[in-house]
Amino acid sequence: MRTSELSSRPGFTQTTIGRTVGRNWALFFLIFMVIVFAFTGSGFFEIANFQNIIHLSSTSILLAAAETFVIITGGIDLSVGFVMGLSSALAARIMVILSTTALPVPWIIILGSLAGLVISLIPGFISGTLVARFKVPPFIATMGMWGICNGITLRLCHGFFPIAGLPAALPELGNGYLIYIHPGKSITFFQKPEYLADNQIRELIRLIPFSFILITVVILILWFILHRHRFGQHTYAIGDNVDAAIRAGIDVNRHLVKIYMLSSFLAGLAGVYNVFQTGIGNYTTFSAMYELFAVAAVVIGGASLAGGKGRILGSFVGVLVLAVLKNGLAISGVEPFVRYIAVGVLLIVAVTIDQLFPDLF
Amino acid sequence: MNTTGKTCQQNLIGEMGKRWVFLFLLLEFAYFSISASGYFSFDTVQMILFYGTEIFLLASAELFVIITGGIDLSVGYVLGFATVISSKLMVVFASLGISPIGCILISIVITLVIGLIPGFVNGVLVAKLRIPPFIATFSMLGITQGISELLMQGIPAKNLPILAGSIGNGYLLYIVPGQALSFFHRPDVPRGVRVYEIIPNVVVFAFLFIAVFAFILKRMRFGQHLYAIGGNIDAAARAGINVRKNLVAVYMLSSFFASLAGIIYVMKYITGKADAGAGFLLDAIAAVVIGGASMFGGSGTVWRTILGCFVIAVLETGLRMMGTPTFDKYILVGVILIFTVLIECFFSNFKK
Amino acid sequence: MGYIIETRDITKRFGGLTAVDKVSMGVNAGEVVAVLGDNGAGKSTLIKMISGVHRPDEGSILLEGNPMKFENPMGALASGIETIYQDLALAENLNVSSNIFLGREKTKKRFGLFNVLDHPYMLEESKHVLDKLDIHIPSLKSTIRTLSGGQRQAVAISRSIYWDAKVLIMDEPTAALGIAEQKKVLNLVNSLKSQGIGIIIISHQMYDIFEVADRIIVMRRGRKVAERLVSETDPDEIVGLIVGAETVKK
Repeated sequence: MRTSELSSRPGFTQTTIGRTVGRNWALFFLIFMVIVFAFTGSGFFEIANFQNIIHLSSTSILLAAAETFVIITGGIDLSVGFVMGLSSALAARIMVILSTTALPVPWIIILGSLAGLVISLIPGFISGTLVARFKVPPFIATMGMWGICNGITLRLCHGFFPIAGLPAALPELGNGYLIYIHPGKSITFFQKPEYLADNQIRELIRLIPFSFILITVVILILWFILHRHRFGQHTYAIGDNVDAAIRAGIDVNRHLVKIYMLSSFLAGLAGVYNVFQTGIGNYTTFSAMYELFAVAAVVIGGASLAGGKGRILGSFVGVLVLAVLKNGLAISGVEPFVRYIAVGVLLIVAVTIDQLFPDLF
Repeated sequence: MNTTGKTCQQNLIGEMGKRWVFLFLLLEFAYFSISASGYFSFDTVQMILFYGTEIFLLASAELFVIITGGIDLSVGYVLGFATVISSKLMVVFASLGISPIGCILISIVITLVIGLIPGFVNGVLVAKLRIPPFIATFSMLGITQGISELLMQGIPAKNLPILAGSIGNGYLLYIVPGQALSFFHRPDVPRGVRVYEIIPNVVVFAFLFIAVFAFILKRMRFGQHLYAIGGNIDAAARAGINVRKNLVAVYMLSSFFASLAGIIYVMKYITGKADAGAGFLLDAIAAVVIGGASMFGGSGTVWRTILGCFVIAVLETGLRMMGTPTFDKYILVGVILIFTVLIECFFSNFKK
Repeated sequence: MGYIIETRDITKRFGGLTAVDKVSMGVNAGEVVAVLGDNGAGKSTLIKMISGVHRPDEGSILLEGNPMKFENPMGALASGIETIYQDLALAENLNVSSNIFLGREKTKKRFGLFNVLDHPYMLEESKHVLDKLDIHIPSLKSTIRTLSGGQRQAVAISRSIYWDAKVLIMDEPTAALGIAEQKKVLNLVNSLKSQGIGIIIISHQMYDIFEVADRIIVMRRGRKVAERLVSETDPDEIVGLIVGAETVKK
């Protein structure tokens, strides 16, 4: 299995085309799917639908980004989905409590969001410390945090009840667009034209959802950190060879704690954004399997669970592959269960390709 | 060289490191016996066993895979897959006019055979295509979920043979003090007469298989090879162990146990659904880890895994009887999980 | 006199690179032959062909005069060619006797139905083989993890010997050991020699070679460039041969 004799497979992968295809196969596959669904599903190949896909997968993108850093270090973070739930529930709960005070709505929203973001640093700090200082396997440390976060979230939700009664401005912010065009009549920014009646809303062209801006900013920052900053270099170094990283003078323990805190923070951001998107505080169900889909997206994006490999944009493409697959199949009228199977098969193909092109990424 | 005194002390601490789960379990049980009225009873133990059957089986399944250094994320949905297949089959056979017992037996056999397929595919993906187990079994999770949904079409099977439920919720032995003692059948007694029910059928069924495979793991060549693969896969291969074949076998075994759990689920709750086992994964893996197995492979025993299951099950039933919200269980399982590994780390420093 | 193991003009190529080029060598029973050479000289490839990991592109390997064709390492093992790799290939989580019997566990029938592991037998046999080699390990039930480097090496050697090795190949047997343990392993090699086993050693440690070897084969760039009896050479000459200074000398 792991003997080196088996892994030498020269040939196609050594040509330039082979390298390009192998390295970016997920992107090629994404384009391929878009073309196929453009023919099979009516209403797929439209800006509105593409915006919708990105808008709906914004939390998944944040979670996959979180997972990317951890996976590059050779670890795994199983708690992201439940940290997201925790932040979502806490932010919502704080907002509900503050709503009873005389505080103005913007402050309620800001304080609630801050609470959600700050709390998310704690699970990351704990699992990072466990992994770095106590050498607890990442799988177990983050699985422990999964349980703990889930339990606390359900306490905040008083059982299995989403937290409602939040400021009405939230979903407007979370689901708003940058530009609204009423063809031939008006263009407005940030808000839809006030004169518009409800029945005219279909005439409106909405461009660039706020969620798109959020993830663009986050991805740009993370891309910079990972590919243009020392922090990223150290992350890759640790994933490739911990001992070498230590000998090179990198404070590996500290770095790992930071990585898990970053992962957790991004999950928290996803949770808070989730409140804006849905207008309620949501707990995370077991069957959602956010953490597993995040790992899947990262792997499709070219990372290796063995560490040392992975790219932020790759993970972004990975999420889009899963999201387009889901959206495209649904629009093409394929039954939902096919999607589960398709995701499974896709993952297997992804990793097999990774095995065939071992040293490309 | 160490002095004998120090060695003795080390041994003692080392022993404690090995036995602490058992001590912890006793403490836990003692705590709930004091705090929750009516906890300390034979019925509670039976209840723990009855509701924990699926976890016992899934944790055993997970253990075999973890010993080889792998992980099987698909067990929960293979369980669901098996519940859907077996419940559908029972309905189909019943509609063909086959006797209830025939329906049940044939369905069980067919389900167990079909249940080997996800494991076979997992094994081939891991052993032959060298796909990381995490990814291979997660893919299989999606695939089994999809197929289950396809078979179910949103409608759980109805009209299962009544016999299935009475086996699944029945007991091995019924005792009416001073009057009757019967196996499998509840004696007809007037209302108000206390019937003592001893050992649920499903528990007997589950532990039969667990015991057989515990024996195989400990005493037979296959078991020894699994430990060797988990300890040093290259060494195992060079020593002539057919690593690929063994890995395929272990993933099939895992699926087999998950299917068994699925069948038990159907018999207990007389229904089958795709996500029947969705919430079991954390418990199953946690039980294995609390039972002292290393995620890196090469260690772990069935007996200690069962202890790990008990730690969780005692907690869950205890909290329920104390009236505490059951979701506090998740927090405690998480904490225990982390502490287990910390304790192992702590004691392993002494062992040297 | 016939060699116990012999290679005749064996060649191995990887793509355009000829890793081993027409090498002929032989080892007598009860003889230790050292293969020396700089990194990339082809030592490992040569050894791997003899132990069945690689198949030679040309030439033949003869065991006790009979040509052999090994499909895989198992074929070589079955013919009595044991290899001890640098990493020893022990399962650290298992105990000493389990490792000695790894992959070839002794079983006994239970109730005439199924085979169970015969631990008492394996423990007893392990004890015998360790005694025979004069190796002392506190408990055969302790896992490899708890043993020192030298003890691990000794277990790996015992494993080979137990399975009636005719030829033993050792890859850097003393590389990871302390001074005292190196000595023990070398003594062990001497005692194996006296039991009539043919031994091939790859090592960088000149001292080891002159301590135990009878004959030295020097390789450079895939070719055998020299063969010397230890009694007729000295470390300086060998170093010269390894780095390619022999022409200057002559």
